[in-house]
Amino acid sequence: MLSFLNHLINGISLGSIYAIIALGYTMVYGIAKMLNFAHGDIIMVGAYVCFFAVSSFQLHPVVGLLLAIIVCTVLGTLIEKLAYKPLRQATSLAVLITAIGVSYFLQNAAQLLWTSNPKLFPDIFNGAAIKLFDGELIITVSTLVTIAACIVIMILLTAFIDKSKTGKAMRACSEDKGAAQLMGINVNRTISITFAIGSALAAVAGVLLCTTYPSLVPTTGSMPGIKAFTAAVFGGIGSVPGALLGGILLGIIEIMAGAYISTSLSNAIVFAVLILVLLIKPTGLLGKQIREKV
Amino acid sequence: MLKVQDINVYYGSIHAIKDVSFEVQSGEIVTLIGANGAGKSTVLQTISGLLRSKTGSIHFLDQDLSNVPPHKIVAQGLAHVPEGRRIFLQMTVEDNLSMGAFTRPGSEVDASIADVYERFPRLMERRKQIAGTLSGGEQQMLAMGRALMSRPHLLMLDEPSMGLSPILVQQIFDIIKELHKAGTTILLVEQNAQMALSVADRAYVLESGRIVLSGTGAELAKSDAIKKAYLGG
Ligand SMILES: Nc1ncnc2c1ncn2[C@@H]1O[C@H](COP(=O)(O)OP(=O)(O)O)[C@@H](O)[C@H]1O
Ligand SMILES: [Mg+2]
Repeated sequence: MLSFLNHLINGISLGSIYAIIALGYTMVYGIAKMLNFAHGDIIMVGAYVCFFAVSSFQLHPVVGLLLAIIVCTVLGTLIEKLAYKPLRQATSLAVLITAIGVSYFLQNAAQLLWTSNPKLFPDIFNGAAIKLFDGELIITVSTLVTIAACIVIMILLTAFIDKSKTGKAMRACSEDKGAAQLMGINVNRTISITFAIGSALAAVAGVLLCTTYPSLVPTTGSMPGIKAFTAAVFGGIGSVPGALLGGILLGIIEIMAGAYISTSLSNAIVFAVLILVLLIKPTGLLGKQIREKV
Repeated sequence: MLKVQDINVYYGSIHAIKDVSFEVQSGEIVTLIGANGAGKSTVLQTISGLLRSKTGSIHFLDQDLSNVPPHKIVAQGLAHVPEGRRIFLQMTVEDNLSMGAFTRPGSEVDASIADVYERFPRLMERRKQIAGTLSGGEQQMLAMGRALMSRPHLLMLDEPSMGLSPILVQQIFDIIKELHKAGTTILLVEQNAQMALSVADRAYVLESGRIVLSGTGAELAKSDAIKKAYLGG
């Protein structure tokens, strides 16, 4: 029973990371109608920035996190401006291929700059943990911080999108860019802001990911990126609550499958569940039926 | 107030607008009528910057709009209610209205919303409702209210009567007349030529991307060519 609870907490923690990454996918998809496959690699860049700040320059982890957020925000908006913006009128296939190209570019650049030797991410929380039931149930501080970060991010982001002028403009652009322009909304700027927010969240996710899985390599972001993308589709791409639900469920399924069925099959099971959900509800758990424009 | 000179607009290789020129004076209701596919919506979209003309110029309040990006045009006092309304279906009525005031200082928004509710009491009743749940007539009112939120000098309406019952069409045209009386200049695009000509000071007839006829509303309503082509005999 306690081990089940343990797996559940670990699943929620992993799922929280997926959810934070999935937010980036889903927001960018919602507004730019594109899959930013390079999103996972922004995570990796954020993790490296924090790694060097803390390990090489002995900066406080919070400073490391802030630096990671700044670098990723700049990087994300730069990628949008240089790689995606010129393709605004292009077919979605061209954009997808470009995004995959950007993803490989980031991975190769990281390999060149930092080699593919794994870096051991510093143990920011010194392995601190809460022990319950005579040590039968151990919850690490990193797990708690990850879950708390996810909750705080969800609350702030939802309030921002619902209430702020920029958030409303983002919703308007995601529904109808032409009508949004007629309101005086600068669509390009709004898309840039969305990439900036998604990339900042990717930095947070990168640091959280490495506090739990400390081996850092240039491909660190790619598998979590794909999983988070799956989570976004699972929850309903374009939907912010969907990203949360999809992320958490995916994390739980992955950990449970690994614990009770087979570690080597856990990924396969995750994708099998995704396919099943999409067969029953093609728009994902919380996805809205998209009205096709004529 | 608005002066369109020699514009030519293309969709790829389709030449949709051919050497079109016309103007709207301050205080007028001008209507652009023509059959489906004549190019009416294309003209309005070109004025509001969503499409670009290859030639000529568009001047609004003596300013050249040719190189002004669409999101900056509304701030100059030109609002466009597009064909099919294009309200934000997943947002509330009130959020739709606040988007209409996007370029205006936040302190003025509440007063404008109150003005719109006064003109459209139905929108007040439904302010917290998701716009997609409104009826067709209410959606048209929302689209017009949203455009009014920018306090425009010139209001462009693209087929406001489309898909509405005769009673609602009458209501919408009454509102157009009221807005005009309150000082708003109006450029009205319609397939419903009869209704449009009945309120218009002047009218232009568009056919396959060209202006083929122009005159006062009353003149055109009597013209045989118009009667035959657009007024059912
Ligand atoms: N997005 C588009 N792509 C290609 N052709 C278009 C597009 N929109 C309109 N057209 C063409 O341009 C012409 C004018 O269309 P439009 O301005 O919508 O006419 P109207 O509003 O008078 O019905 C039509 O022949 C139409 O088929
Ligand atoms: Mg039209």
